[in-house]
This record gives sequence, C-alpha cells and structure tokens, in this order.
Amino acid sequence: MRTAFIEQLCELAEQDSRIWLVCGDLGYSVLEAFSSRFPERYLNAGVAEQNMTGIAAGLALAGKTVFTYSIANFPVMRCLEQIRNDVCYHNLNVKVVSVGGGLAYGSHGYTHHGVEDLAVMSVMPNMTVVAPGDPIEARAATTELARNHGPAYLRLGKAGEPILHQHKIEFELGKAIQIQDGNQLTLIATGGMLGTAIEASRELASKGHSVRLLSMPTLVPIDAEAIRQAAVETRTIITIEEHGVGGLGTKTAEILAQMGMAIRFRPLRLQPSPIKVAGSQVQLRESQGLSVSGIVAASEELLR
Amino acid sequence: MTQQADLGLVAKRLRAHAVRMVHHSKASHLGSCLSMADILAALYWRVLQIRPEEPEWNQRDRFILSKGHGAAILYATLAERGFFPLPELSSYCEAGARLTGHVTSGVPGVELSSGSLGHGLPVGCGLALAAKREGSRSRTFVLVSDGELDEGSNWEAILFAPQHLLDNLTLIVDYNKIQSFGRVEEILELEPLADKFKAFRWAVREVDGHNLDEIVDTFASLPLERNRPSVIIAHTVKGKGISFMEDNLAWHYKSPSDEQVLMAMKELGVAE
Repeated sequence: MRTAFIEQLCELAEQDSRIWLVCGDLGYSVLEAFSSRFPERYLNAGVAEQNMTGIAAGLALAGKTVFTYSIANFPVMRCLEQIRNDVCYHNLNVKVVSVGGGLAYGSHGYTHHGVEDLAVMSVMPNMTVVAPGDPIEARAATTELARNHGPAYLRLGKAGEPILHQHKIEFELGKAIQIQDGNQLTLIATGGMLGTAIEASRELASKGHSVRLLSMPTLVPIDAEAIRQAAVETRTIITIEEHGVGGLGTKTAEILAQMGMAIRFRPLRLQPSPIKVAGSQVQLRESQGLSVSGIVAASEELLR
Repeated sequence: MTQQADLGLVAKRLRAHAVRMVHHSKASHLGSCLSMADILAALYWRVLQIRPEEPEWNQRDRFILSKGHGAAILYATLAERGFFPLPELSSYCEAGARLTGHVTSGVPGVELSSGSLGHGLPVGCGLALAAKREGSRSRTFVLVSDGELDEGSNWEAILFAPQHLLDNLTLIVDYNKIQSFGRVEEILELEPLADKFKAFRWAVREVDGHNLDEIVDTFASLPLERNRPSVIIAHTVKGKGISFMEDNLAWHYKSPSDEQVLMAMKELGVAE
C-alpha cells in the first residue's frame, strides 16, 4: 500500500505544485521516489514528530497541501495536540499518513502496534479518516484526500499487500464499496482486514450463506446509509477491523442504536489489553479471532 | 493609532487596554501581558510589514504569539493597529465573543491560535521554510515565554531552524523570569540561555525588553546573521509598568479590583 501511495503522490505532485511531503526520518527505500523528483517540496523533519506536525501546519498556512509520513503511532500519538490545535482547529490542509497501521509491525512489539489510531483520529474536528483495504483503494484515497481541503488521516498497511479489487472501483470519500451482494448477512471490513473478509465471505458462500460484503475505507464520514441498508436488508452485521474499540464496530453500533431496530450484530476487533507477545501480523490477528475461521465462526453463530 | 505614533505612548495604551480587559472579564495573565507590551508596540508599529486593511495579504510578515495566555494585549494591539474596531475589546471573554481568553484564529490579524505552549515555533518554522523555498520576502516572528521553553517541542524546532538556514525566522523570548508556579530558576533553570541558543547555531542578541530604542534597533538589524535564525532574548519584568504588579507571581492569576484599576491608570498616565 505504501508503494501505491507514494507512486500516486508523485503523480499528483507532478500536476499540483502545492503538494509537499514531510517525514519524520522514516521511509527508507520508499520516499526517495518523491524526494528525488521534488526536492523543493520534500522535507525530512528528523525524529521530531511534534515539530514535524507544527511545520506541516505552517506550510499549510502558507497554502501548501502537506502529507506528513511516519510509521504506526508516531505521526498520530506523539504529536496529537499539534494535530488537534494546529491542524484541525485551523482546518488546515494536512494529511497525516501512517504506514504499518494495525498489527503490520507485529513482532516489533506493542509500541509499534497502531491499534487505537482510528478512534483517536476520528474524534478530531474537521478530520477525514481513511483506512484503505488494498493498494487500489490506497491510490484512490490519496487522490481524493489531495483534492479535498482539510485535515485527514490515512492509515496504510506496509508493502506487498495483494490487489483485492478485480474490477475498476468507484471510490468516493464517505462511501462504502460493495464487493458482493447478499441477503442473509453483511460483512463490513475496513483497512487491511479486507482480504480476510473476502476469503471468509467465499467460505460462507460455499456453505450456502448469502453474504453481502462491504469495504468501508472511510470511517469519517462513515457511510451510514450503507449500514442502515444492510441492517434492513440482511438483519445481520459483522464488522471486521484490525483495531480496538472506537473504530468501525463502535461507529456501526451507534448508527444501529439510532435506528432503534434490533438486529444481530457482532464487532470483530482487537481485545482491549495490549498484545505483549511477538508474532507475524497474521499470527497476531489470528490470536484475536481476526481470521477467516474466526469470521466464519462468528457468522455461523449469529446466523444460527 | 497611526504607524508613526510615539511608541512609548502606544505601549502605555496597550497596557491600559489589557488592564481594563482583564478587570472587566475577571480574567488572568495580566502580568504576562504587561511584560511584552513594549515588544508588541515595536513590532506592530515599526517592524512588521502588514496591511490591517488587507489582513490576508500574502506577502505580509507573520507574527505568532505562542504564549497564547497573553491574548488580551495582542487583541488590544490588533485593534489599535486597525485590524478591528477598538470597542470590541470590551467583549473580551464575554459569552459569544470571538475574543477568547487565549489567542484564537478568526480574529482579524491573528495568524495562529495558541494557548497550549510550545506550538508557535514549529508552525513558525513551517511558514519560514515555505517563504524561503518560494523566495518570498515574508518574515516570521514568534514570541515565546520563558516558562514555555520547558516544552520539548520548542527544542525540536530550535534544532530544526538552523539546519534549514531560516534567517527569515526570528524568535523573541519574553524573559520575565517568572513562570506559572514560581521563578524560572527554581523550576527549570534556563541559564545559560544565550549559550544554549548559540550551541544550537542561532544568532543571539540579548536586549532590555523595555528599552524601546534598543528593541527597535535590534529588529532593524535582522537577520542578526545571514543563514541563521535570530533569537532576541528580551529581559523583561512581569507586570511591567504598574508598580504593584511588577515582578510578582500573583499577577499571573489575579484580576485587578476597581481601585487597583484606578491606581494602574494613574501610573500609566492614561485617563480612565
């Protein structure tokens, strides 16, 4: 996803001279594609995320569209107040990009697990929050965020994620992408869990279940209409995210609660306690029930 | 007031506004306002290239008040300089007013909201970097308090600015030696402050922050060195200009009584 992001950003920067990329001394072998082509619009701010984000705000005040870039929690948590006060309060054109969201840095340990980011960014004023599900979505999201004025958060995976969309997609901020229609159950996935959700939907289909599958790359503003429609038409919803409380599941629950309609609902997400053991991204996801078998089991339990 | 006005008189008027505003709203931070009155007078009446009738003029110099708790006197400065009508000052901190107790954007002439400390200098670095790379003549000035230098984000920015040769950036330290809960030397000593900035590769000048000629002359000599950011360490007195408020921690918090306002106006020589 990060490769798709940087390629797309370079294309956009070719056409729009306001686009800048500011990193916090991370991005080796990725950002060179941008820095070598646009050295005057590239900045390595050093290992100093508060200053990096303040600088981004200053550049945006001077009319730039600034992408800040670092890994996991660093561009989010360390500089949260700069994001809140300098960027969001002033509604500035700063896009915070985090690479390795979720458990992508699995074995690196808890400091590198970006598992509260979506919740934290979601409560910031004026903020658009996007977690693409594959490189195609990442590319489209980058373009849309550059076009839209205002603060944004873009959670990316790392490198090498498979392309999941086999057909051309209509990507619009705030809109779910329906991958498959069905009438018994809706699976809604955000970010890097999309691939697992697709596999689970296939397995459920092979067992005779009619499954609707939605990719929900935008969490703020969320596509409430797609969720309401799924509630009415399938009466069973499972949300899937590589994140703790406060993300897709929480947002979906709030929409369902406001509908005043009792349906079967299960948020699949990370447990509240930190993961203290090493493991690959897939292994750690599985340990939390975020796997094909975990989704299938939860689905069958709800459909029973 | 016109740009040619007598600076001493300007500073007194700014102080008087701040006293009235903090009294009327029963707000605080008056001592912090008074210590930078002379610096603001020099900046807004002699130094900054700005157009009050066109606040968003894109070639303007940028001033960021990072010690956002000194909002009252910044608003007074902007109103006196013509960014918005003077009578609005009496709405400071009132329900529904745009003049909030800490500096907020949306007020004409305000470049950046502040209040949480340690935000102004990084943003100033961004503005200065943009101007530098665009070849713009726009300069950036950031004023911080001494207590504010406890914030690590400032030191990130202090490390950054010389690396990028930001000689269009000037930092002013309102060094009144008193921070929120006591004397700077008792809480987190900053000395040797000038040496710290020198070690970080800044061009440094120390001035008497209440000597208007010295302040104006120093600003006129900017940048202090080519290819280096400038820092002006302004030695000031908290509560300056009103004897019973000077160098007194209590006036970080207190709002003056009716009687104290009269005494203050008398000392300032401004008719109440």
